[in-house]
Amino acid sequence: MDVILTEYSFKDKMVELFHETVQKNFNNDNPYLKQLRKEAIQEFEKVGFPSNKQEKWRNTNLSKPLKLEYVHHFEPFEQITDVGQLFMCEVHELESHLFAQLNGWFVHQNGGINHLPGGVIVGSLASAFVQFPEIIEKYYGKFAPYQNNGLVALNTAFAQDGLFVYVPDNVVVDKPVQIINLINLTENLFIQPRNLIILGRNSKLQLLYCDHSLLHKHSLINSVTEVFIDENAEFENYKLQNKDNDSTLITNVWITQKSNSNMLTNVLTLNPGTIRNNINILLDGRNCNAELYGLYLLDKEQHVDNNVLVDHAKPDNYSNQLFKGILDDHATGVFNGLVMVRKDAQKTNAFQKNQNILLTDKATIDSNPQLEIYADDVKCSHGSTVGQLDNEAMFYMRSRGISEEVARMALMNAFASAIIDKIRIEPLRNRINEMVSKRLRGELSICDQCILNCRDERKISFDIDLSGIR
Amino acid sequence: MLSIRDLKVSINGKEILKEINLEVMAGEVHAIMGPNGTGKSTLASIIAGRDVFEVSGGQVLFDGKNLFDLSVEQRACEGIFLGFQYPVEIPGVSIVNFLRTAINEQRKYKGLDPIPAPEFLAKMNEAKKMLDVHSNMTSRSVNEGFSGGEKKKNEIFQMAMLQPRLAILDETDSGLDIDALRVVAKGVNELRSKDNAFIIITHYQRLLDYIIPDFVHILFDGRIVKSGSKELAFELEEKGYDWIRKST
Repeated sequence: MDVILTEYSFKDKMVELFHETVQKNFNNDNPYLKQLRKEAIQEFEKVGFPSNKQEKWRNTNLSKPLKLEYVHHFEPFEQITDVGQLFMCEVHELESHLFAQLNGWFVHQNGGINHLPGGVIVGSLASAFVQFPEIIEKYYGKFAPYQNNGLVALNTAFAQDGLFVYVPDNVVVDKPVQIINLINLTENLFIQPRNLIILGRNSKLQLLYCDHSLLHKHSLINSVTEVFIDENAEFENYKLQNKDNDSTLITNVWITQKSNSNMLTNVLTLNPGTIRNNINILLDGRNCNAELYGLYLLDKEQHVDNNVLVDHAKPDNYSNQLFKGILDDHATGVFNGLVMVRKDAQKTNAFQKNQNILLTDKATIDSNPQLEIYADDVKCSHGSTVGQLDNEAMFYMRSRGISEEVARMALMNAFASAIIDKIRIEPLRNRINEMVSKRLRGELSICDQCILNCRDERKISFDIDLSGIR
Repeated sequence: MLSIRDLKVSINGKEILKEINLEVMAGEVHAIMGPNGTGKSTLASIIAGRDVFEVSGGQVLFDGKNLFDLSVEQRACEGIFLGFQYPVEIPGVSIVNFLRTAINEQRKYKGLDPIPAPEFLAKMNEAKKMLDVHSNMTSRSVNEGFSGGEKKKNEIFQMAMLQPRLAILDETDSGLDIDALRVVAKGVNELRSKDNAFIIITHYQRLLDYIIPDFVHILFDGRIVKSGSKELAFELEEKGYDWIRKST
């Protein structure tokens, strides 16, 4: 069933839509999910969408995308039977377990659940709801609290599909798992993907998540991702955001880490449209290691807001945040970073840095690195810089015969390299390096965008091998 | 090669160079000496093309071309090299990439194809050997975290790689210990030929024990007040800058 969303009050419409369609669309849910949806929609009705009056939303205005009309699908728009027809396939050196989501729905052919070596499960959340109710009841909705969070509440009320990954204890996933999230529709679309990723003890997973849109229609995405990293497990999460200017993407990521676990997240925003990344890390064990990186390259009227919370709830943990951005034209950026060190979190090491280059005097960045410390034996630092390209370095390079344009590019690439170097998957690092150079030269446009280079004018084409999608 | 005629330069309305005349021919080494704040570094910067100054008179010709018509990078491509008094740190840009880019940009200016990789490597190894440069230095970011001596050595290393026709070394010797000083001097002496020229700007006579100049000029209060052979440097060392102050 498709419903056209319009009207001045997006909030009322969503609440109404829920009650009108709950019987029809969510009737097959198990009691746990039913109850969760019911509570979540009540919370959303109470809290609503965030507004500019809230401190954390002061500089990201949702009122414009919330005024538009969208369609909301309760079933996959079209059943894809032959992915080979939809995607151009070409072998590429990045070897991965490759999956795709189209308009918020997991693309699959065989029931939506894939078994990888070692008992690893990767598949559609919709299928997991049905096939693994015990896992869903244990983990789903446990890490992303919807209380006082209208966006998480709304997603929890409506979520139907997304990525589900389960890595059992002691299993190292042999290749990165790669998800390509495509928006491709002739109407304005509102979707709320929901992802659940569970890493057992001593396990390891590298996840590459790419957000793309391919058509020049408005889209509004409100996604929630819950990640649970059990003891001594290792999780790397790379996100590539290459959207068009008419898209609004809100990601809400909630990661919980247990003792001795390692986590790295790297958000690379090359073309945002409007993006708000909410990244929440809970260090709920000891000797955890959390590294958070981000790079945003903006021009025109593009906007990115990285809102990061690292919660040191227990002692002896390490966290490091480094977010860097280059802003051109009228682009606007926001960095809100909060390191919370709870009363008992002694021996915390927490670092936080946000660095920005503004290429024009019209571009703006609002940077708020914050520390909130309630323990007394900690080592923390935070800082932020905003500047232009280093004139002395420019002169130095030019004095060696390097043209102004090449020198500018080299300095911008060098600035970005601090984040790109943190990518541990080599072919990905090399490719991102190329893409960033291309982006900085202004050559990575909307129409040739895709995860990794489109080469012709076909609607959807990748020079990576998508034939592996199962 | 280089011809400076009646050059007048000011910064924020304050005249720094008052009337400079200097002729440098291919194959020559000129030393410019003088106390601090007399315009030595300004002269070097003006030739390299730093744009914080106003040229209020005179001209500078390089092989007959008016330097003020050329951008900073064009001057470099024409063969002018400035060894910085305070080399700049460029995090994220490795020396090897920096130099390959610079060499290729200079080749492009001359209508040449990019340097073949083996040729570039051979050239780099030769320069490293000559200047006793650590093999891992070139993979580090340009000057980042370098000691003062390492930075100056890197300037000479770049000079050896770029092989300019006119190299201006702006107080490259300041802050160097005797070993580093010898390396700098070795670089200049090995690269010296009948086709290129050097302008060595220095505060002390010390460097001139290792690099024998053909001419010594004393810059004082924005003017070249004395020119002579290398003996002038010894005289200056002996009598001190007060001698210049009194005699002007």
